[in-house]
Amino acid sequence: MIRFDSVSKSYPGTTRPALNSVDLEILKGEFVFLVGASGSGKSSFLRLILKEENPTKGSIHVLGQHLNTLSSRKVPYFRRNLGVVFQDFRLLPNKTVFDNVAFTLQVIGKSRGFIQEAVPDALKMVGLAGKSNRFPHELSGGEQQRVAIARAVVNKPAIMLADEPTGNLDPATAAGIMTLLERINLGGTTVLMATHDAGIVDQMKRRVIELIGGQIVRDELQGGYQTQTVPTQGRIPHPAASKPSSAAPTATQSPARPMTLPSSQGEGLDA
Amino acid sequence: MRLGLILGEVGSGLRRNLSMVVSVVLVTFISLTFVGASILLQMQIGQMKGYWYDRAQVAVYMCTEIDTTGNCTLAEATEDQIAAVQQQLDSPTLAPYINEVEFETHEQAYENFKEQFADTTFEGIITPESLNESFRVNLVDPEQADVLIESLSGLAGVESVEDQRAYLEPIFSILNAASYTAIGVAGLMLVAAVLLIATTIRLSAFSRRRELGIMRLVGASNRFIQTPFILEGVFASLIGSILAGGAIVAIVQFFVRGYLASTLPVNTSLLGMEEALLVVPILIVSGAALAAVSAGVAISRYLKV
Repeated sequence: MIRFDSVSKSYPGTTRPALNSVDLEILKGEFVFLVGASGSGKSSFLRLILKEENPTKGSIHVLGQHLNTLSSRKVPYFRRNLGVVFQDFRLLPNKTVFDNVAFTLQVIGKSRGFIQEAVPDALKMVGLAGKSNRFPHELSGGEQQRVAIARAVVNKPAIMLADEPTGNLDPATAAGIMTLLERINLGGTTVLMATHDAGIVDQMKRRVIELIGGQIVRDELQGGYQTQTVPTQGRIPHPAASKPSSAAPTATQSPARPMTLPSSQGEGLDA
Repeated sequence: MRLGLILGEVGSGLRRNLSMVVSVVLVTFISLTFVGASILLQMQIGQMKGYWYDRAQVAVYMCTEIDTTGNCTLAEATEDQIAAVQQQLDSPTLAPYINEVEFETHEQAYENFKEQFADTTFEGIITPESLNESFRVNLVDPEQADVLIESLSGLAGVESVEDQRAYLEPIFSILNAASYTAIGVAGLMLVAAVLLIATTIRLSAFSRRRELGIMRLVGASNRFIQTPFILEGVFASLIGSILAGGAIVAIVQFFVRGYLASTLPVNTSLLGMEEALLVVPILIVSGAALAAVSAGVAISRYLKV
């Protein structure tokens, strides 16, 4: 589904690469958390999958396409298979909820009939069936994010990328959004979510990929926000992290690199 | 569906950017009016050249008894000398260049002179004998007058050989200078128009950058993204070029056909409506093409993936 082969990404003007020799494979139907401090390369990772950037080294395959050689003319058609959600929602303020979702389909040339069917379906799925004529500023943050999710899934993408989708939301609302993402994942969509929200990651028990300084330091199949298998010195274990250690086998061991994060709670508040 | 959506985008873009659109209309209007005027001027020059060069002759003036210039020594050209010139004109070296030769005697020259200067008193000062006898030569190609001048001006009894086209040169060079000035102004204005269109489109794209960002994210094709912007530029400059076309038609109708035709002599050949109507489509097409190209370049920055 998504495969990175020793991918490096350096931005011009800096010597430190944003991603350093990343090898990774994400399979169809997986739900993956991407964690790491700000500047650890999460966003670069997502941008590479979207082909908003090209890797400096290595090759990337997404949905059977070799992104390095994908011509820019074909990029739009490739992106129609991806749904993206952001921390700041990115809704169009002058369009209603319905039009925001419909816009996605209009600009890729879907017929009016298809739009009339698909948009209400998507809004119903995210729980906004009655609010299709409201404007974004009339909605709460959680509802706005639901609109953004409806927009991302209305075209039934194979992969959904979420860049800190709960970053602006209170825990209860965030939990609702996570339930929704989980439901989307159950429908067969691969979900890749970058997040700082330790509570969510620990609770969901899904695959966790941790980036530090552009390198993958951890890739656990049912991980928490911080590693449970290789506790680093002097770190207070997170209550959630210590709980079900038997049920969390590691996919790949992290290199024993000292963790500099003070605590998961602190990081969670940060976001 | 898609067409409606695109046209809707164009409409909202034009409304949002009204003042810029108006300035694009005005700048393209003025620059294309200059372009049209310079094309018309060149056409006028061409037409006048065609008219006058057909009538311009090479005149071979024979000596009179008061001439000292050329090969003259205060003696009337003799019959033999005239015959020698005639023979030279008929010779196989010159004959291919020549269309028609007329000989103008003193009396004919005097008649023509009287006709031309009918308003002035010259009786007594000018006599038929003081006017040169001359050969009036119509050339096949007026450009080759030099051949005649070279081979005839050395003959005895010839005062001078003149290419009458030389009298017209100053007029044409003035008209030419005017048309080059118009082209220069048009060129500068067109540069301004192109830059203004590009700026307008960038502004328009900037005010719609959220939409553009989402379009790119969800995979709208480049063509779909850029078409509204290009149409926006083309629409604005199309209005300008239609106005310019109207101005050109008005110039020909009221200035050339109206004012010039009534002030200049009747036989002056002036441009008509056919020429104006030939220029109008050139202006409209070039205005639209220019806008499409500059808008396309301006928007391409927003399409990079």
